[in-house]
This record gives sequence, structure tokens and C-alpha cells, in this order.
Amino acid sequence: MAEFLQFCASGLTVGAVYALVALGFTIIYNASDVVNFAQGEFVMIGGMTTVFATAAGVPLPIAVLIAILAAMVIGLLLHRLAIEPARGASPVTLIIITIGASIFLRGLAQIVFDKQFHSLPAFSGDTPINIGGALVLPQSFWVLGGAVVIVIALWAFFNRTVTGKAVLATAANRLAARLVGINTSFVIGLSFVLSAAIGAIAGILVTPITLTSYDIGTLLALKGFAAAMLGGMGNPIGAIVGGLLVGLLEAFGAGYISSTYKDAMAFIVILGVLFVMPGGLLGRASVERV
Amino acid sequence: MRSDEALLQINALRSGYGRIEALHGVSMEVNRGEIVALVGSNGAGKTTLLRAVSGVQPVSGGAIVFDGHDVTNAQPHARVKRGIAQVPEGRQIFSPLSIEDNLRLGAYLRKGSEIDRDLDMVYDLFPVLKERRRNPAGGLSGGQQQMLAIGRALMSGPKLLLLDEPSMGLAPILVDQVFQIVEKLRDESGVTVFLVEQNAFAALSIADRGYVIETGEISISGTGRELLDDERVREAYLGV
Ligand SMILES: Nc1ncnc2c1ncn2[C@@H]1O[C@H](COP(=O)(O)OP(=O)(O)O)[C@@H](O)[C@H]1O
Ligand SMILES: [Mg+2]
Repeated sequence: MAEFLQFCASGLTVGAVYALVALGFTIIYNASDVVNFAQGEFVMIGGMTTVFATAAGVPLPIAVLIAILAAMVIGLLLHRLAIEPARGASPVTLIIITIGASIFLRGLAQIVFDKQFHSLPAFSGDTPINIGGALVLPQSFWVLGGAVVIVIALWAFFNRTVTGKAVLATAANRLAARLVGINTSFVIGLSFVLSAAIGAIAGILVTPITLTSYDIGTLLALKGFAAAMLGGMGNPIGAIVGGLLVGLLEAFGAGYISSTYKDAMAFIVILGVLFVMPGGLLGRASVERV
Repeated sequence: MRSDEALLQINALRSGYGRIEALHGVSMEVNRGEIVALVGSNGAGKTTLLRAVSGVQPVSGGAIVFDGHDVTNAQPHARVKRGIAQVPEGRQIFSPLSIEDNLRLGAYLRKGSEIDRDLDMVYDLFPVLKERRRNPAGGLSGGQQQMLAIGRALMSGPKLLLLDEPSMGLAPILVDQVFQIVEKLRDESGVTVFLVEQNAFAALSIADRGYVIETGEISISGTGRELLDDERVREAYLGV
């Protein structure tokens, strides 16, 4: 039982990160039909910037703000310099552009930062909390709590603000959104900035547990994308469910079968599910709420 | 209300898709307080023209002057702000959003108490929308979606309402209803209407003036009555 709980805890913690990456995919995909494979780099930028800022003597809360802002600026530049000029290009072209951007950002991170692995001190110490025999790191609660806060904030943004409604309207029908006077280019840029911020926060929160390095984005983007597909591409609730499921699959796969193949096992299960349910577990359905 | 002062003036407008030109120099005008109908068969260029007026279709030549301002190169939202609203072909409602959200999004660029006043006005015009205002718009019938699309356009407080085939796919009784509403908007709210239709008879019957468009060019123009009596129009578009 303790072992089971232990796997649940670690699965939900990484799963929360995958869920946030998948949410980033979803927000951009819904607003612009672009599948942004540079989503994982936002997670990297969040973690790495915080590591280097704190190392330079910046207090953690300010380093966190700098890191989130840096990711948001990169997100905006990605949209303005790479996506917007290619407006009207085919989905495949746009995917290749985002893959190119992700390679570029990784290269840039190697130069600006370095090629080492880095960690951050845990925000509330390293003394594990005993839950039914499972030892859970306090940082796991930061990750899970952060994910919950982000999801609630997103829900409020999309359902309670005019700008949020404009994003939903753009997702639902771009032509009609332009005809009512919504600046859809602004909305799509906003979706990149928002996704970048979400990714960065995930990266900052999880770095004390998983470490970070310039190249963590690739695998995170793949897992986040798989999670989004598993839940149903474009469906925000699906993204959260898919992310948590991928995290749990990995944790239990690594725990009960073999940690060597944990990445492969998660993908095999996802392929199996998509073979039976091509639309994902929850379907591609509505963009109504997040 | 009606006057000879042009609210919308289109001069030698050209537009197309890639290398294929769909409008070959269209000139026409809509005066304040008028209902102007543009009729023509499928593929003639009606939708392209309306989209160009709203700024969601690039133009390659000519000019669009609205309310005294050259808007040929203005962004779509700048045109909405000036008072151009469109009810697009196929309604294009925001299906997953609630009916009230759809209407409020119509007033996206406005602020203040006018929005609630106009919302009441739209609900008075279309009571069925009020009854179901919390429901997703996608659940409405075709006719109701058309009402919603018209209501959404009205929520911007437009000077000019562009309607792209509002009767398409509607049962005859609903078609009559839609055209009655369009007349009412002109007569009671002073909205100027530019109506595009394949249903030439119904459109020309309520129109002050009309134009016929054929393969991207205006071929005939006149008052609604004149066009209804025109031999060529009767033969080609009225089936008589
Ligand atoms: N998205 C598009 N891509 C390429 N050609 C188009 C597109 N939309 C319309 N056309 C072409 O432009 C011409 C005018 O079309 P349209 O304005 O939709 O006509 P109408 O509204 O009068 O039926 C037609 O020849 C049509 O085939
Ligand atoms: Mg058309």
C-alpha cells in the first residue's frame, strides 16, 4: 500500500507538469491551430533562468518573476517572428517552424546558460511528509498546488473576463471573431504568452525535484503532446487528465516493471488508447471551459 | 431617413484568391437609410465583396470609403469601430459559447451601459434568444442561429449592416420573418442595410436599390422595383 501511494505521489507530481505542458499545447492549438513543439522549451527557460538568476544573487521570488517574464517575452517573439509571418501556411509547415524554434532555443540556452544539469533548493525544505507510509517531498505539494492554482486562474480568465471570452471566440470561429472586432493576431499572441508563462511556472516548480538542463524541453514536449492527444487535442480538461495519466503510467511502469522502459511504456499505452479511441479519452470536444 | 448621401462607396474594387481574380473592378454605393440588395448566382463574388468591405478579404485594387473615411486598408476591428457589422454567410456563430456570450461578443469593442440596453433590444427583437440565453449557441436551430447572428451584429451598434445570404437554408416562413426584420431595422432603427442574396425576389422586394453581380462585375443596377421588372433579371434570377 505504501509503495502504491509512493508511485501515486511521484506519478501525480510529474503528471502535473505534463498536464501544464499539455494545457500550453491546448491553449495555443485552440487559438491558432498551431501545434507548438517549442512548448517544452518554456519549461526549460523557466527553470534555467531561475537557477542562473538565483546563482547571481537575485532573491528567489524575484528570480521566479524574471524567469516567467523571460519565457513570456520568448513566447511573444516566437509568435511575432516565426508564427505570424507564416500565417496561412499549412499545419505541417507550422509544426516544422515550431520544431525549428525549439532547436534554436535549445542552442541559445547552451550559449546563454551551459550544458550542465542544475537544481534549485526546494521551496519548503527537503523533509519528506509521511502519507500512509509514502514519503512525499514538500516540493511535490508546490507542484500540485501550483497546477491547481493555474487551472483555477485559467478557468476564471476564460469564463469571467472579456479578453478570455475573446480567446474562446477566436478558438471557436476565427472569421466571426474578426468580424466582431476581435484582433485575432493579438489573441493568438496572447495565447503564446500565456502558454509560455504556464510552461515556465511548471519548470520552476519542478526543478528542485527533477533538475533542469538546456535540453529537457524535447522529451517534455513529446510527453505533453502525448498527454494532450491522450485526453483529446484541444480539450483543456482532456489535457489535465491526459497529463496526470501519463505521469501515473510512468511512475507505475517504472515502479512495477522497469525504469529503463518507463518512457516507452507510457507511449505504448497512449498509442493503444489512440488506436481504439482516435479522438482521445475525452474527445476533441469543446473549448468552452478550461 | 433615406438620403442620397453615400454611407458606403466602393470604387473599382479588385480582389481575388491567389492568382485568380474574383472581383474585377466593382463600383457601387449604399446611401444612408437604404436597403441595398446585391443579387447574383453562386460564385459571382458576393461573399468576396462583403468580406472585402469588412476587411477580412485582401483587396488588390480600388477603394472602399465608409462614412467619409477611406477604410480600404483598415484592420477589420477598426472598421467595426467605425460602424460596419457583418452577418456572415453560414451564420458563423460561436457554437460552444452561450447565446448571451455570443451577443456580448458582438459588443466587444463597446463599453458601458449601452451594451445592456442593446442586449434588451435584441432580446425584444428575438425573444427565443432570451429564453435560452444560457445555452450553448450550437444547440439552436438554423433559423434561430440566423437570428443570433443578426443580433450579434446589431450589438456592435452598427451604422451599416452587411447581410450575406441570411435566407440560405431556411424554411420559407423563416425567410419571410428574416426579411421583415431587415425592413423593420431600416424603418425603426435607422440602420443602413447591404443585403446579399441568391433569393433575388425576396431581396429586391424589400430593397430601395439593387445591383446584379455576374462573375465579379456589376452588370445591372437600379431601384428594387426596376430590377424586379427587368427582363434580364426576371429570366436569370427570378425564373420567369
Ligand atoms: N477560399 C477561396 N479560395 C479560392 N477561391 C475562392 C474562395 N472563395 C471563393 N472563391 C472563388 O471566388 C469566386 C467568388 O466566390 P464568392 O465570393 O464566394 O461567390 P458568391 O458569394 O457570390 O457565391 C468564385 O469563383 C469562387 O470559386
Ligand atoms: Mg456567397
